[in-house]
Amino acid sequence: MSTATPSTTPRPVPAPSTAGAASARRRVLSQSAFEARAILRNGEQLMVTILLPVMALVGLTQTSIVEIDTGGASRVDFMTPGVIALAVMSAAFTSQSIATAFDRRNGVLRLMATTPLGRGGLLTSKIIGVLTVEAVQIAVITVVAVVLGWRPDPAGIPLAVVAVLLGTAAFTSLALLLAGTLRAEGVLAVANIVLVLLVVLGAVLTSADQLPGALRHVALLLPSGALGEAVRGAFLDGAIPAFSLVVLFGWTAALGWGAGKLFRWS
Amino acid sequence: MPSNPAVEITGLVKRYDGREIVRSLDLTAHHGQVTAVLGPNGAGKTTTIECCEGLRLPDGGSVRVLGLDPVTDSAALRPRVGVMLQDGGLPTSVRALEMLRHVATMYAEPWDVDDLVERLGLASFARTTVRRLSGGQRQRLALAAALVGRPELVFLDEPSAGMDPQSRHAVWELVRALREQGVSIVLTTHLMDEAEELADRVVVVDHGQVIAEGTPAELVSGSTGALTFAAAAGIETLSLASALGAGVRETSPGSYSVSGAVTPATLVSLTRWCADRSILLSRVSTGRRTLEDVFLDLTGRSLR
Repeated sequence: MSTATPSTTPRPVPAPSTAGAASARRRVLSQSAFEARAILRNGEQLMVTILLPVMALVGLTQTSIVEIDTGGASRVDFMTPGVIALAVMSAAFTSQSIATAFDRRNGVLRLMATTPLGRGGLLTSKIIGVLTVEAVQIAVITVVAVVLGWRPDPAGIPLAVVAVLLGTAAFTSLALLLAGTLRAEGVLAVANIVLVLLVVLGAVLTSADQLPGALRHVALLLPSGALGEAVRGAFLDGAIPAFSLVVLFGWTAALGWGAGKLFRWS
Repeated sequence: MPSNPAVEITGLVKRYDGREIVRSLDLTAHHGQVTAVLGPNGAGKTTTIECCEGLRLPDGGSVRVLGLDPVTDSAALRPRVGVMLQDGGLPTSVRALEMLRHVATMYAEPWDVDDLVERLGLASFARTTVRRLSGGQRQRLALAAALVGRPELVFLDEPSAGMDPQSRHAVWELVRALREQGVSIVLTTHLMDEAEELADRVVVVDHGQVIAEGTPAELVSGSTGALTFAAAAGIETLSLASALGAGVRETSPGSYSVSGAVTPATLVSLTRWCADRSILLSRVSTGRRTLEDVFLDLTGRSLR
């Protein structure tokens, strides 16, 4: 068989490796950092995860456009926990569902599933990536809030961490359920609308007892309301309402089950 | 080196929405060889490869990769198998080099990234985000990502699609160098020259089944169809066949192929038969068939 190209001896390539995969810890840390960087570098993602909560915090504490009954607490003490809940929702739900949906459409989920990272490693990394973004969000919000006069009770911090972790579990499950079942463009629209609905209908920035009639009960049953009440409870009362805990556990179980059943990788 | 094949597929069945895309397909790819899976679009090539990569669950039959099950033994296989997907699978917002370095962190002793960058000419777009790369640049990056773990077995799904000729030759050279090192390579393609240039074995797939296989030389050899000619459409092939003492088939309107041994006498008979009927032959070929001829004969010439 004649060929047009001269048959030069190709430069030798390295022999196949027998060393195998990097350690599971290294793989997951590397992917988590990769995921967090991708979100923190993306303009639209930064807007929804960092700018939106900070604007809500500044707007709601520095103006009195919205009438809020703070129950005796200072405005910033009352609002900051709710803003943290909003931040968790934007990172764990909106941002994550959009990022995962586009990764799914572009085949990134499938490709990474064929590397030593695997599907389990990818999932773990996404969760650690979300927690990393949340750490950045909460750091920024805390600095801004403290400048505005926030003086949280240190005793509330461990409880708030529990509330944030539970909320992250529920909202990441919802994010994966959406991202794994809808088209990427659909997720882009739905994720933003659902975020707004959950904030408006749920007691995220205001407490449930300030909502009119039936909406109060709805809010308490929504994951957004439960998260808002839980973070506020941690900082303002030094206790998370048991009902909110149950609601968050319930949503996590249901959404996690749904995502596990329905998530499609391609 | 283990003696069992790199990939062994027996009776693979895969259905989507009740339609059988892969229908009892058998395929063996040997260690240290380049196996080309050739077939038209929609033949089931990608589905078959994805079953080998553990990305799809077979509905029937068995798939063994390096002697293991691609799904249940996936953790053991992933470090040893490199994958280049047809749609790339690269995240769009990161820079090309950053992506490659990231994939390299998944392996204990990856390929030197700078060396891969040089071999595949990635330097010129190393700092460009994946979103802005051309199709061929993405393909080269995806190939680099498939190789960076220094795998024993590589699946390349249409590796040179969208590449310019220079890139294609760089890829081909790399594939040959990998084979020199004993790497097993399974690639899908519908480019005949790619299969002819690279493959030790070619497996032709259509409608979810293997319809021919062998070395490129085996596939193009054989006397059938060695004599082809072009003339007016619709000549009396039966009459011609009896004059030639061989089978004559109109493969497409105005194109004919003669089966059986071709001798100088066959040519004389053909031209005399045509002259008697005032039929002008516009082309006569006794040349060796190309893989493309074989492929078109096997899979048909109609568009699908």
